[in-house]
Amino acid sequence: MISGLITPAAGGPVIPTFGKSSTCVVQNHQFCMSWFLDNFSSRFQPRLLEHIELTAIAVGVGMVIAFAAALLAHTQSWFETPFSLLAAFFYTIPALAFFEVMVQVTGINRLTAEIALVSYTLLILFRNTLTGLRAVPDDALQAAEAMGLTRRQTLTRVELPLALPPIMAGIRIATVTTISLTTVAAYIGAGGLGEPIFDGIQTGFKTEFVAAGFLAVALALVADGLLVIVQRLLTPWARRVRRA
Amino acid sequence: MNQADSGCVEIAFREVSKRYEGRPEAAVNRLSFEVPPGEICVLIGPSGCGKTTALKMVNRLIAITDGDITIDGRSVNALEVTQLRRGIGYVFQQIGLFPHMSVEANIGSVPRLLGWSKQRIRARAAELLSLVGLDPDADLRRYPGEFSGGQQQRIGVARAMAVDPPIMLMDEPFGAIDPITRERLQDDFLRLHREVRKTIIFVTHDIDEAIKMGDRIAIMRDGQLVQYATSDELLASPANDFVASFVGADRGLKRLRVWTLRDLTLDPAPPAGGDSLPSVEVGRSLRDALSLLLTEGAGQLTVTEAGKPIGTVTLEAITSAVAQDRNTAAA
Amino acid sequence: MQTLINAFSFFGHHLDLFRDKTIAHLAISFASIGVALAIAIPLGVWLGHLHRGSFFAINVSNIGRALPSLAVISIAIGIVGIGFANTMVALVILAAPVMLTNAYVAVDQVDTNAVQAARAMGMRPWQVLMRVELPLAVPLIFAGIRTATVYVVATATLATFAGGGGLGDIIVNEATYGSAGVVAGALAITVLAFAIDGLLAVVQRAVTPRPLRHLARRASAAATVREPLPPLPAPPQ
Repeated sequence: MISGLITPAAGGPVIPTFGKSSTCVVQNHQFCMSWFLDNFSSRFQPRLLEHIELTAIAVGVGMVIAFAAALLAHTQSWFETPFSLLAAFFYTIPALAFFEVMVQVTGINRLTAEIALVSYTLLILFRNTLTGLRAVPDDALQAAEAMGLTRRQTLTRVELPLALPPIMAGIRIATVTTISLTTVAAYIGAGGLGEPIFDGIQTGFKTEFVAAGFLAVALALVADGLLVIVQRLLTPWARRVRRA
Repeated sequence: MNQADSGCVEIAFREVSKRYEGRPEAAVNRLSFEVPPGEICVLIGPSGCGKTTALKMVNRLIAITDGDITIDGRSVNALEVTQLRRGIGYVFQQIGLFPHMSVEANIGSVPRLLGWSKQRIRARAAELLSLVGLDPDADLRRYPGEFSGGQQQRIGVARAMAVDPPIMLMDEPFGAIDPITRERLQDDFLRLHREVRKTIIFVTHDIDEAIKMGDRIAIMRDGQLVQYATSDELLASPANDFVASFVGADRGLKRLRVWTLRDLTLDPAPPAGGDSLPSVEVGRSLRDALSLLLTEGAGQLTVTEAGKPIGTVTLEAITSAVAQDRNTAAA
Repeated sequence: MQTLINAFSFFGHHLDLFRDKTIAHLAISFASIGVALAIAIPLGVWLGHLHRGSFFAINVSNIGRALPSLAVISIAIGIVGIGFANTMVALVILAAPVMLTNAYVAVDQVDTNAVQAARAMGMRPWQVLMRVELPLAVPLIFAGIRTATVYVVATATLATFAGGGGLGDIIVNEATYGSAGVVAGALAITVLAFAIDGLLAVVQRAVTPRPLRHLARRASAAATVREPLPPLPAPPQ
């Protein structure tokens, strides 16, 4: 779906005619399971994979940038304010508007979508990483210094592991929001699950956009759940605290 | 740092000063004293007197402005700073256990830096845990957050002793722990120190703790050393009014705690049949003996060793012994 | 640069269009926020007062945050159909969780000493809530409302796909308005989102009792660290 007018079909729905349509499809019910199952591998699976890929790239690139920025801000505190302001600015622009403006600059393609998606992840990832680094208890740092850890050893063995819970929480939020925004990115031709949603809304074929909507919701919830599990595995100490 | 020859190093402060920019008075001013090998030296004084600053200059957490601190004659500035620190155990009030590491990994922090094998670290961690009174089987894999404050400080002590450093620096280590647990930790630490002698500098603001823990006590005020003496000397003959008021008006009573009945010349044991007297073991302090005299309303106690009477002691004997020593100390 | 100039001149020539679309945009936004407020705030405050249901109250916003807004709108089209009501259902679903969690946490975390003191003075549960818990919780409750409001105003852009109207209508209609119109629409929505956020920031400061202002800042800083709190809204859509 390329930029253009998308409005719900004015007349009756445009039903795709792939072989013999079932009554469910012909009468355009809310959701036709058999059509969905028949068409999953051809129409939905590739979009789903695209969606995951777009999200992974955006969060990955965003994490690299945000992490480097947070490390810099951790040592050079002047850097925090300008970077935060920039990231907060990106963050507050409504997505559809951001995509449309970026299209004027970099054209209709995946790169445009990724630039916008990465921009959205920065604020969360930067803030959580920096907060995590700053929340490392002073006594642990003092102990590390007193036992002769070098600056680098202190960073890798003490500060980063201790900053992990908020960093992981940030990655989790960034991932689910990116999954959400990626659906909108289909509007500028990035692909992903937004494509069958826009397509279905335009043709009026309910099963298509309802199915894609549910897939996107499921993807977000599954990703959220998986990241919670990863977070718990990575930070086993966080839950094992003595009850006073 | 010489780790093979554990427990036999001397620490010397030589005219050590610390000045901070923009502040007229020195935080530590020309501090000189020596800690003999294997002894516990307590630094004490009112807050802001420079005791913690002095302590932290030994492992260079704070840089020395003037003068030098030597360990067995070698300047602490002669070593690379991380090397120096890895050879000095450090225990402080906030403990500073790494919450994300198991107890074993916490204790193994410095050994890992020194490239010890996993098996060796585990064995050492287990050994140290039982030494500080925790259970190696159950506790090695747990995380610091699962322990009480007192237990955490035991782990802190074990971690500081991981590579058997000849020196330990302790900055109000038991300061944040409730009185009963603190008493136990102090006793256990003294017992531990008798087993593995180390040269220890111990900072506190609690005079009772200082008297209990210290072989020697250095009283500081405004960055300067006011008096450096054994606990007994300090109580018997304070150098000036400041020290006298700092150790307290009851220093005579405190002193009774420093002495044991062993330090007295006992009267001969009563003939058999004098069992009616209350009895006290020879290893107990004069304070305990006095307390027993008062509570029993007796004039005399039988002193026993391993349950057998070896002599008797009277109230007069206690007071005159302390008074006599005071005269000799003052002379 | 030329695009920007064109966009501004488009804006200048279509003031009526922008006024009508902005009114429609705000109408659907505030209708949805009103409904979400009515559901989420009493529920969150009540649960927080009872210190019950923390698992539900905290996790509901995790799920709410994870829901892709376009997907929710598309499902709602399938079930409710096209139009204002559809968009409202979707926006309420997206806005309520953040409000609920913030309201819960705000009341739940009020200093227990203050609550205990209030009880010891003989206040009834209702009085404890009205005189102690709510005043202390206001900053955080309002923070949730602000977050949700900005989120809804931004997300209402997508209402265009469900026939809900609003400024989104301009952005997606390049055929009618040209690229200058699309960019002008995008800028208008961005400005609207920032303006609402700024306005609510001022209101938030005003409703926070003076002695609590430094606490409010600390509370929002702490929110980034603690994982269960909603550190940030799902970004504008």
